[in-house]
Amino acid sequence: MTKNILEVQDLKKSYNGFVAVDRISFNVKRAEIFGFLGPNGAGKTTTINMLIGMAKVTSGKIFYNGTDLTNNIKKAQEMIGVVPDESNLYDEMSGFDNLCFCGALYGMSKKDRQNTAHELIDVFQLSEVSDKKFKAYSKGMKRKLTIAAALIHTPEILFLDEPTSGIDVANVRQIRRLIKKLNENGTTIFLTTHYIEEAERLCHRVAFINNGEIIKTGSVDYLVNESRVTNSIEVRFEPVNEAKNNLLQNLQLQFPDLDCFLVNNDTIKISSTKTIDIAPVISSLSKEGLIIYEARLIKPSLEDAFVKATGIEINLMKKEKENK
Amino acid sequence: MKSTIAFWNILHKDMKNYYLKPPNISWGIIFPFAWMLMMFVKTKSAFNIEEVFPGIVAMSILFGTTSMLAVTITFERKSRSFERLLLAPIKTELLVLAKITGAILFGIFNSLVPVLISILYFKAGVANWVMLFVGIIFLSVISTLLGLFISVSAKEVFEAQTYSNFFRFPMIFLCGLFVPVAALPVIIQPLSYILPVTYGVDVLHYAISGTNFMPISFNLLLLTVFSFILFYISLYNIKRKWII
Repeated sequence: MTKNILEVQDLKKSYNGFVAVDRISFNVKRAEIFGFLGPNGAGKTTTINMLIGMAKVTSGKIFYNGTDLTNNIKKAQEMIGVVPDESNLYDEMSGFDNLCFCGALYGMSKKDRQNTAHELIDVFQLSEVSDKKFKAYSKGMKRKLTIAAALIHTPEILFLDEPTSGIDVANVRQIRRLIKKLNENGTTIFLTTHYIEEAERLCHRVAFINNGEIIKTGSVDYLVNESRVTNSIEVRFEPVNEAKNNLLQNLQLQFPDLDCFLVNNDTIKISSTKTIDIAPVISSLSKEGLIIYEARLIKPSLEDAFVKATGIEINLMKKEKENK
Repeated sequence: MKSTIAFWNILHKDMKNYYLKPPNISWGIIFPFAWMLMMFVKTKSAFNIEEVFPGIVAMSILFGTTSMLAVTITFERKSRSFERLLLAPIKTELLVLAKITGAILFGIFNSLVPVLISILYFKAGVANWVMLFVGIIFLSVISTLLGLFISVSAKEVFEAQTYSNFFRFPMIFLCGLFVPVAALPVIIQPLSYILPVTYGVDVLHYAISGTNFMPISFNLLLLTVFSFILFYISLYNIKRKWII
């Protein structure tokens, strides 16, 4: 058994002269959650389509379990589960029938697919609606059933395209828990999402893609730490009135190496390129008469790493996706 | 075995979801009735059933199959559920065969209504029963494949229906259903000869009244060739347009 379940080498896709994906290379390790992050039009869906056999490869290679299946993705489809960005089950069929039908597409016997369908319905907490037609499902239920349908044949690798997009918070949390659990049970997950915090919470490794090129790949911790240019701490205290604003000047005078600014009337953010010795700062603030509640280290996030690597503002990316 | 399970379940799903829906079953019954009634009104009294029998059978099949494929293929493509089938580890050939088998069966079912009415009620004679069923099967296959060819080229259901009409209505007049091909103006006869339905209708004429303008074996050979051509062109189009 190879360490990498999926290996992509110099993968390229062009349509009528437009290069959608430009010679990207990456690998997905067995039993990891691999995040594929990028803005609209970055090449995420085109890449997934090539990996699952819905788009032809212009050049490059795709290896599944060490075997070159670039020109024969059909062979890999047995081990692949795909959850597209929009639910695509059959409106006129019940949830249970939809799952059984999907199992039949993979050649599962009637008994096997019915048993697995029952199990998945339980896991995804859809028992109460399993006999109802798919068209009567809420968006969150549709999403869950679509994920269940992709799991009916117990795939080795699951491609999840924006799994939590446009659904309510409770379902988002449940789906995230299920993704984690699936992965703990050994399923490799290839996840695309525009919720960077979701990727940070779920993924072991991520790749940032923009304009058809992979900008950076690595573990979440590595990318986060790499993006760290300054150390920051945030100090929260009992709210002060405007007259106390001079405490910033005093602080700056005492600690010239630190950049301090008042976030609001109960928080100061202190940054430095060097390690911050927090004790004298707290002591100084206390002497100013402040009642300190907490002081915490502000860690850079994957979002900071993404912004640094791609230069794209996250809010803009979210807005684009929501408009789409 | 795995492919057989997939094939049977795609067919079963289509039959249950589309073909066996009450509106479609009633359409399959009402449509031939309407055509027979039209013939009756046209001739004001009794009409020669053997003359209109092949025409009504052929039209029931042609309209039934092409209309349904616009739904089962184009609609599923539009709703992206066809993508699910393409992602399954089954050959595209088998998948397309499973999709068209339902329409072929629907075409055969549609033909049974005029056949039964003509024989049981109008006491129409059948010269060759075997060839009647061979003709019905071939016409169902070829009409389904024409429907497939059109559906694969369309993006929307209404587009598929429009394209189908563009093919179907001229075909009624050109394929020898009501006017023998030999009686058509010479200049448009070549059009009749490139329509596969022409050869299916000739088989039906032979089966019912014993008259045909082409040798039956030649008709069957051409129908087989047309079927393969239409199937592989459609398959090529699916792979080229849908797996981009």
